Amino acid sequence: MGDAALIQALQRIVGEQHVLHAPADLAAYAVDASPLLRSLPTVVVFPGSRDEVKAILELASAQQIPVIPRGAASNLSGGTIAINGGIMLNMNRMNRIIEIDAANLTATVEPGVTTAQLAREVEARGLFYPPDPGSQVISTIGGNVAENAGGLRGLKYGVTRDYVMGLEAVLPNGTILRTGGKNAKDVAGYDLTRLLVGSEGTLAVITEITVKLVPKPETKRAALAIFDRLEDAGTAVARIIENRIIPCTLEIMDRGTVKAVEDFAHVGLPTDAAAVLFIEQDGPRAVVDADIELAGKLCREAGARDVKVAATVEEGTKLAEARRFALPALARLRPTCVLEDATVPRSHLPEMFRFIEATAEKYNLLICTFGHAGDGNLHPTCPCDERDHEELERVEKAFAEIFDKAISLGGTITGEHGVGIAKQDYLAWKIGEAGVEVSKGIKAVFDPQGILNPGKVLPKATRKRLVVRQG
Amino acid sequence: MSDALTRMQESLKYDELINCMRCGFCLSACPTYKLSLHEPRSPRGRIALARAVAEGHLELDDITGPLDQCIGCRACEVACPAGVHYGEILEAARATIVENKQQGALERLVRTVGLKWVLGTPGGIRFAGWAIWLWQVTGLSWLCRKTGLTKAVVGKPMAELEAAMPRVPSPVKRYMGGGPGHVFPAVGERRARVGFFTGCIQEITFWKENRDAIALLQNAGCEVLIVPGQGCCGAVHSHTGEEATAHAQAKRNIAAFEKHQIDYVVNAAGGCGAALKEYKLWLARDPEWAERAARFSASVRDISEILLSLPPIPLGPRPGRVTLQDSCHMRNVQKLVSEPRKLLNSVPGLEFVEIGNADQCCGAGGVYNVMQPETANAIGADKASRVKATGARELVVTNPPCQLHMRASLMRAGLDKEGVRVVHIATVLREAMDAAKAQERTGPTKP
Repeated sequence: MGDAALIQALQRIVGEQHVLHAPADLAAYAVDASPLLRSLPTVVVFPGSRDEVKAILELASAQQIPVIPRGAASNLSGGTIAINGGIMLNMNRMNRIIEIDAANLTATVEPGVTTAQLAREVEARGLFYPPDPGSQVISTIGGNVAENAGGLRGLKYGVTRDYVMGLEAVLPNGTILRTGGKNAKDVAGYDLTRLLVGSEGTLAVITEITVKLVPKPETKRAALAIFDRLEDAGTAVARIIENRIIPCTLEIMDRGTVKAVEDFAHVGLPTDAAAVLFIEQDGPRAVVDADIELAGKLCREAGARDVKVAATVEEGTKLAEARRFALPALARLRPTCVLEDATVPRSHLPEMFRFIEATAEKYNLLICTFGHAGDGNLHPTCPCDERDHEELERVEKAFAEIFDKAISLGGTITGEHGVGIAKQDYLAWKIGEAGVEVSKGIKAVFDPQGILNPGKVLPKATRKRLVVRQG
Repeated sequence: MSDALTRMQESLKYDELINCMRCGFCLSACPTYKLSLHEPRSPRGRIALARAVAEGHLELDDITGPLDQCIGCRACEVACPAGVHYGEILEAARATIVENKQQGALERLVRTVGLKWVLGTPGGIRFAGWAIWLWQVTGLSWLCRKTGLTKAVVGKPMAELEAAMPRVPSPVKRYMGGGPGHVFPAVGERRARVGFFTGCIQEITFWKENRDAIALLQNAGCEVLIVPGQGCCGAVHSHTGEEATAHAQAKRNIAAFEKHQIDYVVNAAGGCGAALKEYKLWLARDPEWAERAARFSASVRDISEILLSLPPIPLGPRPGRVTLQDSCHMRNVQKLVSEPRKLLNSVPGLEFVEIGNADQCCGAGGVYNVMQPETANAIGADKASRVKATGARELVVTNPPCQLHMRASLMRAGLDKEGVRVVHIATVLREAMDAAKAQERTGPTKP
């Protein structure tokens, strides 16, 4: 089937106005939020219903054409790059909130609903959908599910996976698959819901999602602690958790990040601080007050130079600015921003920070690290210039060492950004050859022709792990 | 890399284009993306397209349509975490397109007559004032509207804007009411000397709003000079890719205002004010003008901004519920958000309610509603329904293109027949000031 025939066939399925194929259209869909990657799709299509998705997949199967499901394309791992061309399947027209079920505490939505839209709608009803990935203003729930998106609230509330109860998805051959439902308990067979969560659009196209909701917390309060020594910040994190406080947010920023934030936003951070912790607790007022006061005290005991405890929600919002400006501040330093998400068990945070600092120095790079101290999910961020190929080589080498170190500390190559293209050759480091083989088998069962988001997740060739001298 | 491509990269500001990290945060702020859900109608998409041209993957022709679709509201700049200067990218791209494009005879005519002859010179603007007045006063406007001739010649969207245009004052009235060179004395102690920037179309179609602003300034202790020799701010030229003409306007205005001893350049048009404040960027690379432009831009104040920096004018009751639609360039470029709200909330009896998405463009976009009426009117219709939902009797605006576009949008929605009006913030404040003066004369009325 030629491109013209394919375009016509798709137009018959979804209507002419929902198919884009002009050169400029294709160029706009050649990129996502991942740096350095670009590849043109053959055609861009916007289905309006599950049945249209089914018809598109049947067509693609019959013609063996790649299909790349796409939400807001805010992913950082190249997950929505059409590396082999094909049909860019945009799910953002399917953006209805089908139901908010207050009795069962669930919401059922189409995949194109944005995370912020769902959060707003449920909060208006006194309910709460906790996952809050950084791109929530634009990211879609479908994309969040496909990437198993995390966010700032991971420590206390978990990630997207912990909220998905049921899915409707279309397999590449057009078969409709329904998994899970509204049942809190359901052990009927393999957990196909969890299998699809985080499958990065390689197994099926998700067309409906049922998520769990929780009651909206009564209030929240924040504190900010400034440390002269990184180890002290690590100690403070450990002490907070040991004292049975699970803050809804527990964020850390290193020296480089603090300096970048202060230079950019002038929020009143000392530029010589070694680390800053941002702590937020939500829940009933008495619990929140007790937790945040104790957390502040523990920070001081751990050696914090200064602890600011917000008296009101508004003051807390002001303190949160320091953390909120981390990415904007770093993104402005240089044209390109490589934002990674190596993750280690919480107790190894200080060691991981030290290693990142040393690696940045070794490769003569600026790598600033901020991230979710509570769950060990770090964002070593390297402002660089994609036009400087020599610099990019150093960036790649530095991150290979950082991933290797994370694995050796019992961590992972990616905490929340996904594998996509960016990490596929590191995947075996984490899940092993057995993990790769089982994954390939699963892929073959769902998508025997290999048309769904081809060339993603599964390794093409596993990188040789570098031998990094410790110490 | 070929010389042609190097030149293209320079022309399209490649160094700025690559600052976009494609995170997509701008999508949530973009009115055309929200309407279409299509990436080429988003800031991220448009930057990707300009970049594709700069890298030789696309031709300039390929991206003209998607760029024309941009209203230029610059809400994306506020949403952008990487601080990308989208306005500069857009204007560079438009200028590049105009430079490289073979224009049709009609487009050349419209650009030469409309942008260069009429809006490009103070004489042309005066001529337009005469022409519009004659058009209205002779009944030609009425006749052509009633017979459907206007619609037949210029199309429905233009005809609707024409119908929404208020009656313009006669040239005699405009002369008597204080034209170029006129000095309005300060009431009471003189605190500042202000050069008033009238705007081109504003001084014709919204002449009264300018006089309201001047009356407020006088009562706040300003001596107000309508600086002679000023012309159009050049924003419309800049937005349509006529960079050289835009810069010529900037230089003329700077030179005109430099001739007078004034503390501030004040205007009552959010879009013009943004352009005046950006003269320093327009002329930054012109050694003769850079410093003069920087000095000029630093002295520019919006009417809302300056009123809040002066002792408050006594305001009397002006009851009723109003809502506010921000001017995009006042909000996103001048970063004036709280100022008009503070002023509205200071009016006794006035009930101010938010429209809910005041940070979203109304669709006017300077001449966007003429060039892209379908999108502009769809956005205007959404605004009109939101105005209705607030139950407000008045929609307050801070910029003349928004005023005209929202008048037309409310007319299309039939809200004008229900008595809902579009008013400039200067008019609201002037009426409240007049109410205070009336009270002073007659003593407070007992309820």
